[in-house]
Amino acid sequence: MTCLPTQSGKKLGLVIDLDTCVGCQACVTACKEWNTGGHMAPLTDIDPYGGHVDGVWFNRVHAYEHTTEMGGRTVNFPRSCLHCETPACVTVCPTGASYKRASDGIVLIDEDKCIGCKLCSWACPYGAREFDTDVGVMKKCTLCVDRIYNDNLAEEDRVPACVAACPTSARHFGDLGDPLSAVSQLVAERGGVDLMPELGYRPTNKYLPPRAHTARAASVAAPALESVRAEGGFLGWVDRMLSN
Amino acid sequence: MQGPPRGANSAPSQRPLADTRAPDEGDGVDTSPDVSDSIAKTTCYMCACRCGIDVHIKDGKVRYINGNKDHPVNRGVICGKGSSGIMQHYSPARLKKPLLRTGPRGSGEFREIEWEEAFAIATERLSAIRRTDPKKLAFFTGRDQSQSLTGWWASQFGTPNFAAHGGFCSVNMAAGGLYTIGGSFWEFGEPDWDNTRYFMLFGVAEDHDSNPIKIGLGKLKARGAKVVSINPCRTGYNAIADDWIGIRPGTDGLFVFALIHELLKAGRVDLDYLLRYTNAHSLVIQEPGAADDGLFVRDADGNPLAWDRVAKRPVSATDTSAKPALTGSFTIGGRRCAPVFQLVADRYLEESYAPDAVAERCGIAADTIRRIAAELAHVAFEQTIELPIAWTDWAGRRHETIKGRPVSMHAMRGISAHSNGFHTCRAIHLLQVLLGTVDVPGGFRFKPPYPRSAPPGPKPAGKTVKPMTPLDGMPLGFVCGPDDLLVDEAGTPVRIDKAYSWDAPLAAHGLMHTVIRNAWAGDPYPIDTLMMYMSNMAWNSSMNTVETIAMLTDSDEAGNYKIPFIIYSDAYYSETVPFADLVLPDTTYLERHDCISLLDRPISHADGPGDAIRHPVVEPDRDVRPFQSVLIELGARLGLPGFVNDDGSARYADYADYIVNHERTPGIGPLAGWRGKDGTSTGRGEANPDQLQRYIDNGGFWHHDFGDDQRYYKMANRSYLDFAENMGFIPKAEPIVFQLYSEPLQRFRLAARGHGPVLPPKGDRQRIETYMDPLPFWHMPFEEAAVDLKKYPLHALTQRPMHMYHSWGSQNAWLRQITSQNRLFVHHRTAAGLGLVDDDWVWIESINGRVKGQIKLIDGVNESTVWTWNAIGKRRGSWGLKDDAAESNRGFLLNHIIGDQTSADAQGKRYSNSDPVTGQAAWFDLRVRVVKCAAEEAGFTEPQFERFQQPPHFAPSPDRLTFGAEFRRAREATE
Amino acid sequence: MHPAFSVVFFTTATGAGYGLLALLGMFGGFRIIPPDFWLGLIGMGLALGLIAAGLLSSTGHLGRPERAWRAFSQWRSSWLSREGVASVITFIPAGLFGIGWIFFGKTDGWVGIAGSLAAIGAVVTVCTTGMIYASLKPIAQWHSRYTLPAYLIFSAMTGSVLLNALLQGFALGSKVQLAACLLLTLIGWSWKLATWRYNDRLEIATTANTATGLAGGTVRSLEWPHTEENYLLKEMGFRIARKHSARLRQITQLLAFALPVLLLAIVFALPWPLAALLSVLAAVIQFAGMLVERWLFFAEAKHTVSLYYGR
Repeated sequence: MTCLPTQSGKKLGLVIDLDTCVGCQACVTACKEWNTGGHMAPLTDIDPYGGHVDGVWFNRVHAYEHTTEMGGRTVNFPRSCLHCETPACVTVCPTGASYKRASDGIVLIDEDKCIGCKLCSWACPYGAREFDTDVGVMKKCTLCVDRIYNDNLAEEDRVPACVAACPTSARHFGDLGDPLSAVSQLVAERGGVDLMPELGYRPTNKYLPPRAHTARAASVAAPALESVRAEGGFLGWVDRMLSN
Repeated sequence: MQGPPRGANSAPSQRPLADTRAPDEGDGVDTSPDVSDSIAKTTCYMCACRCGIDVHIKDGKVRYINGNKDHPVNRGVICGKGSSGIMQHYSPARLKKPLLRTGPRGSGEFREIEWEEAFAIATERLSAIRRTDPKKLAFFTGRDQSQSLTGWWASQFGTPNFAAHGGFCSVNMAAGGLYTIGGSFWEFGEPDWDNTRYFMLFGVAEDHDSNPIKIGLGKLKARGAKVVSINPCRTGYNAIADDWIGIRPGTDGLFVFALIHELLKAGRVDLDYLLRYTNAHSLVIQEPGAADDGLFVRDADGNPLAWDRVAKRPVSATDTSAKPALTGSFTIGGRRCAPVFQLVADRYLEESYAPDAVAERCGIAADTIRRIAAELAHVAFEQTIELPIAWTDWAGRRHETIKGRPVSMHAMRGISAHSNGFHTCRAIHLLQVLLGTVDVPGGFRFKPPYPRSAPPGPKPAGKTVKPMTPLDGMPLGFVCGPDDLLVDEAGTPVRIDKAYSWDAPLAAHGLMHTVIRNAWAGDPYPIDTLMMYMSNMAWNSSMNTVETIAMLTDSDEAGNYKIPFIIYSDAYYSETVPFADLVLPDTTYLERHDCISLLDRPISHADGPGDAIRHPVVEPDRDVRPFQSVLIELGARLGLPGFVNDDGSARYADYADYIVNHERTPGIGPLAGWRGKDGTSTGRGEANPDQLQRYIDNGGFWHHDFGDDQRYYKMANRSYLDFAENMGFIPKAEPIVFQLYSEPLQRFRLAARGHGPVLPPKGDRQRIETYMDPLPFWHMPFEEAAVDLKKYPLHALTQRPMHMYHSWGSQNAWLRQITSQNRLFVHHRTAAGLGLVDDDWVWIESINGRVKGQIKLIDGVNESTVWTWNAIGKRRGSWGLKDDAAESNRGFLLNHIIGDQTSADAQGKRYSNSDPVTGQAAWFDLRVRVVKCAAEEAGFTEPQFERFQQPPHFAPSPDRLTFGAEFRRAREATE
Repeated sequence: MHPAFSVVFFTTATGAGYGLLALLGMFGGFRIIPPDFWLGLIGMGLALGLIAAGLLSSTGHLGRPERAWRAFSQWRSSWLSREGVASVITFIPAGLFGIGWIFFGKTDGWVGIAGSLAAIGAVVTVCTTGMIYASLKPIAQWHSRYTLPAYLIFSAMTGSVLLNALLQGFALGSKVQLAACLLLTLIGWSWKLATWRYNDRLEIATTANTATGLAGGTVRSLEWPHTEENYLLKEMGFRIARKHSARLRQITQLLAFALPVLLLAIVFALPWPLAALLSVLAAVIQFAGMLVERWLFFAEAKHTVSLYYGR
């Protein structure tokens, strides 16, 4: 049913730290690798060795240059489904294929119901949905619903593949509906933001802005160096230091 | 959750849900699908990092690969390449059977042969060489992680002509560090990620140690430590720096000297540290013209002397009761001498190294240099760390705490791939040592088996090359003076790559990048067979690719190829395969045994040594064999000592057998873990027939954790040094003294001045005099000094994208989607000045040629620098790519315009385009201009090359990939 | 947005078809036009034919057309589903109306009621089509108060011009009818001009800054996550050059509005069969013009995802 469900209050999602992401694409291929054999398998690649290669991916990393009066910074920016609280991709779906889970807030697609009308991808401002032309259905991030509850995985591995892979620890996972959860606290502490809040989709995933050129930046309050004074200059200083 | 969280990503915000039971959603989603039938723990080989991986096997296929949480290198994380291993493993470009060339070299026309025939051909050829002149075999391996085997094989064969790819990768970094502090960055050491508060990153793109660096950066970010990057390009790690210094390429040395200048001037150096751990107080003879000018004053036992400023007499530099002087000038036995530190101060206090003097050349404001110097000093001296752990130094002095200065540094190819790279690497180590931050809490830390003496012990073998005779050591080693060079009486190089000759005296990793030219030119002599492994020398691993290809295919008047025979082993149909006469197809990394050995480049980290294995987790579906096993069989067929038993039978069945049973010295073999008959010994012990299984049971690796008192000050820590001696890391538990002043370099200088028995040819003397400076200095990169800078106003650099570093090409269906065309990145203002806009097609022209590509405008780059992603451009017909692939139509290879030789000097001599000290390829010296191409030239790259024929039985690559669908079908069928 | 022909044709054809159906239903039901067999056959055939062709064409946009029936289930939330339901339901009174007219020769009584219901169904269906686009927040050019009226106006306009052509063909044309066509075409023209004016001045609150959460200054795309065009770029990253767009706007104005107005104005003064000929010509030209208009409607619509790609 594409009407939005009454939520349990649980809002599972990701927190992505733009201050730490180096753009290594680890989350991108870890996601591809898990999911191409996972719940929405396969993530088809068309023309994989040719000039018009085009595959289905759930997670993509862009690079931007952000320039303000304070200075410039290169920002690596992972983009995937934000598991919105009011996702129009769900309500526009004419078949009930696209849905939001009441229990945990994950936005999923029931492939068997999808007619491939692509309207959900039009309704998603974030480009989170990608169409598999080979299968004829829409595909998207499942928040690794087949990992996070998977009894066949060791308990410690029950996190989304992208979070497990991220070498710089720029990705976090948890219940953003619980203000006491570690992810919620991280968001509060680092001033996490919504993407395109003006559109009113109320994304669950949050982004932690880069700290460079802000009050949160790491800094060293070092006084300027002064030449060693008095006799003999530096060499004199060495002698005095050694004699002490 | 059971037990404490494991792995790098185990912060509370990265853990599973408190309750991982699936909620009762009723949507029919299978939240607990069966994942794998088995999990094989082995070592990744998608790049050089050697991370631990868990390979999940389902229905005999690789379902997915994730990081091994227990592994000391990656602690559970995995990079973009590692997760794409599946696509590498199932690549359509995999070779299928041994190939023998049938068409002209370079055409790609082959016929398939059986392994027996391949062995017969190779054995006959090599055996003839060995009987007559073993050096006519040049054996060069690329990104080889089995150099302790391949080097030993070459040595047993009797050829000095062996090296891996280090000469064109980062030998400056290795040699600069090993000659200075007995260790270096990457496999040799790492920052103290848990304690450092100020981290400087020089010239690093994605590199060796990629996951450890990323994990480390994550830790710094989590702690709010400051990250400063010095790099012309603001990408990757540099993107997340708190402070990005967009330096002009090749000037890092100047920048570092300016920092040193400021620190010296302000008295912000750690004198106590210098006295304890360096040769700062060693006395240097100051008698210009003397045969020993610039060498240390030594006592009768050969120990360097220092001057006791209280007793006013010379003392042994290692006398711990002395009060050595660091400054002044003394006369001992009628000889004038001065402490090293005096020379250091004299040089770097020069105004030519002041921030104001270097600012313009570096492209960095003098105030910025001063600020960074002040920050370094502040963190090093005002934010000191003291760990409450007692330790004892080499002299038996007990220290109640471990003191540290939390400034750390890391540097890599951006520093080393310049012709001034060796000295710049030394400069960075000098800066670290002056601040007292080497192997201290918060500083840079050695990874065992380092530190070793600076330089380490073994000299390169190859002085005498005789038929049917092994060398008297390993081909690669460390020279300490002209006597150790591999040159004949006329000064002519012994080695085909001219390593350890006057051209490149400290060539610790050889010069693979010179082999093809030298072999083609017969300079210093012609060879018969060039055997190569895993290095794309006919494409992105060579400078001057167009000419290199011509040399590989050139023939003499009689129609014989100038390089008579080429044997090549690769797993994939790379651009180099078509140039081989005999192709030995290798396996993928999931189909083979390997060892990541302490004899080579292990997986140690600063808190303890480790090594690892690879083992076959899936069976090859093709007639291919692991190169190391092939080499071992070839060794046996040739009857090489060490490869055969007394009765002439093969000593080792295959590489796995060798890994377990080979002993390099008694009790020491390729693997250190679970030695001894019962597997209870570590480091030393008899071979253990169950050793590989013990490794497999332990997750594919062995690791030893140091005691708390062994973790720091390893260069002088008695407990550590004893351990290192016992493990065979160092010959004796003696302190390692950091060499601010490098006496070996001075010995070469003295030879250039005519002293000693081994003298450089006249034409080389000025070069040796200039560049073998015992104290680090800066000189302009060669190409910059040689070309008209008005004509070639820009620096041009390359870096590998993170998702492809060291990852064997573009046949990876996933990775190539991310980058299949490289652009030339040009600063906005620079482009505006040239009348260029985004997406324009341009000629990139150097003195060596021109190449065409498309530009992308950028802000985050030094304005006088353009750069591109390296090795994206591919040749048509290679790597299983289709003819319309972007790689061969729009992507370009900058190598085409990077010269492999310097401009001719006054005598008309052209040297390799390399560092004059180590022979490191100077990739980043390149100067270019960028010119918009004509409208009809836009849209495709040039130069273009003829398409390679495909090997027999090569199916066209698929038009569609549905990897993973089979796992779902199987799941749904069982539901 | 990618102007897929299947969707361009679908919306244009069903717009005209529903417009014609509504007018036939109303005018037939209220006996403003006679229950002539041939008029009924051709008129209803044309209306339902356009609708059916449009709907058929729209399934060409589907990845799994064999599952299209599932689209009727989510009418409570989805405008697309509502459109599907409305279009199918409208076929019932429209079918009855057509049967009554053609086979029973009557358009009053129950047939008239069916005609009215068909007209209401047609209007509702066109509304749902308009709302599919108007409801999409990521596309500012569509998510505006201009979109829904545009669908209604263009439907009425193309429907009436078609009806006029039909009536003129049967020599049943009237000055009032002609005047209505002219008026609707002029309203359509004005509405389109107003829409373009609005869109050209649109200040969209969503920017690369809000898309990335990077506040202040400029955010410039440096590298895409992939070299070649992917689904997102092919489907939603469509770009049209300003020059190209201006030219197509001129063509739209000429074909969809100016020429039909001119031709219809001339028809005032022409006798049958010239009036019929020009009326048919006006309808055909206008339909072609509306295809261009609809192509531009997609091509000029910018989806927020293009911000991520610096487009």
